[in-house]
Amino acid sequence: MSKQQQHWEKTRGLLFITLAIWFIFSIGIFFFGAEMEASSFRPLGYPLSYYMTCQGSLGIFVILIFWFAGRQEKIDEEFGFTEREDD
Amino acid sequence: MFKGKFIDNLPKIYGTYTGGFLVFIILMAIAEQAGMSAKLIGIFFVAFTVLIYALIGYLSRTLQVDAYYVAGRQVPTVFNGMATAADWMSGASFVAMAGGIYFKGYGYMALLVGWTGGYVLVASLLAPYLRKFGCYTVPDFIGTRYGGNAARLCAVLVLTVASFTYVTAQINATGTIASVALDIPFNIAVYVGLASILMCSMLGGMRAVTWTQVAQYIVLIIAYLLPVFWISNKMGAGVFPHFMLADEVARIAELESQFGLGTVKNSAADLATVPKGLAGITKAHSEVNTTPWKFISLAVCMMAGTASLPHVMMRYFTTPSVKSARRSVGWSLFFIFLLYSSAPMLATLSKLSLMDPNLATGIIGKSIADVQALDWYQNWNQANLMFVSDFNGNGTLELNEFFMGGKAVVLATPEIAGLPYVISGLVAAGGMAAAMSTADGLVLAIANALSHDLYYKIIDPKAETAKRLVVARVLLVIIGFAGATIAALEIQGILGSVIWAFDFAMSGLFFPLVLGVWWKRANAQGAVAGMLLGLASGTAYLIWVRNGGAGFWGVTQLTFGIVGSLVSLVSMVVVSLITKAPDAATQRMVDEVRIPSGKTVLGKQH
Repeated sequence: MSKQQQHWEKTRGLLFITLAIWFIFSIGIFFFGAEMEASSFRPLGYPLSYYMTCQGSLGIFVILIFWFAGRQEKIDEEFGFTEREDD
Repeated sequence: MFKGKFIDNLPKIYGTYTGGFLVFIILMAIAEQAGMSAKLIGIFFVAFTVLIYALIGYLSRTLQVDAYYVAGRQVPTVFNGMATAADWMSGASFVAMAGGIYFKGYGYMALLVGWTGGYVLVASLLAPYLRKFGCYTVPDFIGTRYGGNAARLCAVLVLTVASFTYVTAQINATGTIASVALDIPFNIAVYVGLASILMCSMLGGMRAVTWTQVAQYIVLIIAYLLPVFWISNKMGAGVFPHFMLADEVARIAELESQFGLGTVKNSAADLATVPKGLAGITKAHSEVNTTPWKFISLAVCMMAGTASLPHVMMRYFTTPSVKSARRSVGWSLFFIFLLYSSAPMLATLSKLSLMDPNLATGIIGKSIADVQALDWYQNWNQANLMFVSDFNGNGTLELNEFFMGGKAVVLATPEIAGLPYVISGLVAAGGMAAAMSTADGLVLAIANALSHDLYYKIIDPKAETAKRLVVARVLLVIIGFAGATIAALEIQGILGSVIWAFDFAMSGLFFPLVLGVWWKRANAQGAVAGMLLGLASGTAYLIWVRNGGAGFWGVTQLTFGIVGSLVSLVSMVVVSLITKAPDAATQRMVDEVRIPSGKTVLGKQH
């Protein structure tokens, strides 16, 4: 397998992990709105359902994108596909 | 004062700008104490900020194609994040969102999740690859990747439909704010708004829009956060509202049951006396009040729509590298998060200050005559944003007898909570910044697609630079005027048409864009089928449901993108597979897009 194919394999792997986390916090947990509301776990005292819609999921997305960007940069570096400054 | 290159001085320049703006707010506060009228303060706030944007627009004028289309590809990561946040957060986010949460609670907050979650898709599926491609516009990518004018033309069509739906709402919002703040009739205010929008974009294209959007972000975020923190502290609700309002949320639930929310219903005859556009609280504040599918389908549409709206995508064409495009998405979302996480807090504070009888500002349970005598009630009643009526004739105001317009939550809360008028002026300037920045991005996206893709690439490929830029500017003015004319007709509300724009974009562009990068086998025939059938089926579904059609799968007129994008996906895959695979050169092009290093696929100037 060529260097480029290996790079794409890894990139795709990272994409699936990222999208899986994204799916859980944007779609998955909201199938359980009523259950979250009844939960005794209350972040900062807010009902869990309320907290996730107005802060929780949003904050996780921000962190997820930066984490994804960091991992992708590592993959690019590993295969020598990092951009040079003068490109 | 500022030596060296403009780009290297950005933190200093915008630092000075922010400082200057804060000084301006303090000066206005002093003027208010000295007796300046509320009207004059409002005029100063809106006029001063708009003039600054126009000045930035003028200073950023350019005669170069790549500066005009992609700001010379030298916008630093964090600043591009700020510009994208302003580009993204429209009049709807600024003025209407907290109101939506106030009235609809949890069900409405699907929009918060959708309008942020979409950025994960932008970062992982599209932005870095489109940056590597080196296109000027979104149809530029579609046209080059799939080859042929048909695909390019279809992309221009979808882009125009989606962005134009969106831009009328934004010009409408600038008109609303300008008419209130400057005290002029709406159908004139719309054109004042348009003139300010064009001043920011006409001379410098993307370069001018970028630097005004950064300035607009700074104004709008100060204008949103300052009142939230101030009200929260004034009410003693918490120094840092975002982390400390749990008791207030619980208290609202308590008051809701005390005041009989949901048990006392208004008769149809009573409701008929309420002015159009105003609503009472009918849904619980924090309770889960909607079915999972309704919540999730709306979130899904907003997420896929985010990843297909061209005015957002083209912001990532302006970064210096692929790496910075990726990081820039993270920064965009961070800056958006600052406002979106505050909207529910503002809704909470606003509702509590009106409802809680223990607070001096509470009006529910007071006598109707007292409420009608309040200064702020009279002001907002006159602006047609507030209404009370004694339906049961007992002389006190019940929860079901109080009605408010969605915009009032953001615009009126500072006044209700007893903040000085200078804050209301600031909020008007913030709303204007939010609506203008989005309108700028949208008008430019449409005009650029028409001038670059339709005129230069299809009609007259030999046109010289000067001629191309003249055409681009003429189109900009035409599109702006068309948008303003339709906005002046006031056909739909701000929020409804914004949501439609997402559904249109998702129906026609989501899969053709994503598969263009992630599926080598996708070809021109497939893409054309995907774009046209997606847009057509989405539109048909919308028309059907609007005219009383029953719909299926619980898909409503707000989520018709689900139908459109599914049709788009299926037709694109099927048609691609039954027609010839793309040639070797196209396959190599896709390989090239997938690695960050090396030259862009399209040249620096094209």
